[in-house]
Amino acid sequence: MQKFLFELNRNADFQSRYLSDRRDAMNGFDLSDEERHALAEPDIGLLFHLGVNGQILMHFAAFHEIEWQDYLQQMRDGIAAHGPVREGVYAVTGYEGVDAHSSRLSKTSDAEKGS
Amino acid sequence: MPLVFAGVCSHAPGIVGRADQADPLAKQRLDAAFRDLRLQLEASQPDALIVVAAEHFANFFMNNMPSFAMGLADYYEGPIENPEWLGIEKTRIPGNRSLSERLISKVMERSDVSYAEEWKFDHGIMVPLHFLTPQYELPIVPANINCQGPPLAPLHRAWEFGQALREAADSVPERVALIGTGGISHWPATPDSGKINEVWDREFLNHWSKCDKESLLAYSDSQAYMDAGQGAFEIRTFIAVSGATEGCPATVHFYEPIPIFAVGCTTATVDLSVP
Ligand SMILES: [Fe+2]
Repeated sequence: MQKFLFELNRNADFQSRYLSDRRDAMNGFDLSDEERHALAEPDIGLLFHLGVNGQILMHFAAFHEIEWQDYLQQMRDGIAAHGPVREGVYAVTGYEGVDAHSSRLSKTSDAEKGS
Repeated sequence: MPLVFAGVCSHAPGIVGRADQADPLAKQRLDAAFRDLRLQLEASQPDALIVVAAEHFANFFMNNMPSFAMGLADYYEGPIENPEWLGIEKTRIPGNRSLSERLISKVMERSDVSYAEEWKFDHGIMVPLHFLTPQYELPIVPANINCQGPPLAPLHRAWEFGQALREAADSVPERVALIGTGGISHWPATPDSGKINEVWDREFLNHWSKCDKESLLAYSDSQAYMDAGQGAFEIRTFIAVSGATEGCPATVHFYEPIPIFAVGCTTATVDLSVP
């Protein structure tokens, strides 16, 4: 899935192929039905949940002319709908979502201020 | 020639691509900081600039990921991203194949490094160059540390890579400058984009400016990830510059969290005259 997006982000010819037939462009990549669906829609939130690195995903979102704040919101919606990130960098220590993370960080910095 | 310049700066794509969404005064302060950094770089009269970067799956991918890589070409291209998205026009950036070859050969004596004859620069190099060499006249030697796709080389290897770069730079007749570019704490391109842990950043920059090897190498990726996001894996680029300038104090000229740029924006230089 990330390999597909890596190639797409780099290659203008591949981008035209994807635009003319999204599913056809996925031939030759080892993808599950869920992954094909997420890539064809495209479902940015599902792709993030499945473990696509943001450094790859943000260019796919830009390619689909998804505005920056919408891109961030679609990832948040994906986590809310599907749960924590399943694989990859963000799953290493469990991606907990924005609110939980913010509150834990503010606790940490309060503790540091107090000490 | 001994290294003529060493510094670090931020490279977040939003700095140029989302410039119009930032507080105009914050943006002006950052632009002024980048201008000062450019003037310091120019004053060192470099023949070439090594950029220690942390590229983001533009050239190197998990199918064959080098921990360390350097460019070996007479020119490069960039940005690989959509120019409108990044706010930087596509252009050709000069390299220096002969210099790269001599540098890489020297680095290889003590550090395992891959080389690349093709390299499309992403924002990690293009954003710094946009500010530091806006005419794209200075030959660039790109040097990459994998900070994106774990497993990542441990921090002490980034330090040693910096030392190898320094030895190589000192061994050639050209006047070589060095800049490391990366984020400190940040959660780039994730739902947490815009979060910045200023306390963590200031503590890191304090260690960095003292070239405090022990404190710098004591960071762990798992703790950094929890406190400072996956973007903090890019401290490897700062640590490489410290390794290259062991014993030299550094000055942080600018640090300011700018959430729409998704990072605590930083410029700093190392005082190479000290040891
Ligand atoms: Fe980065």
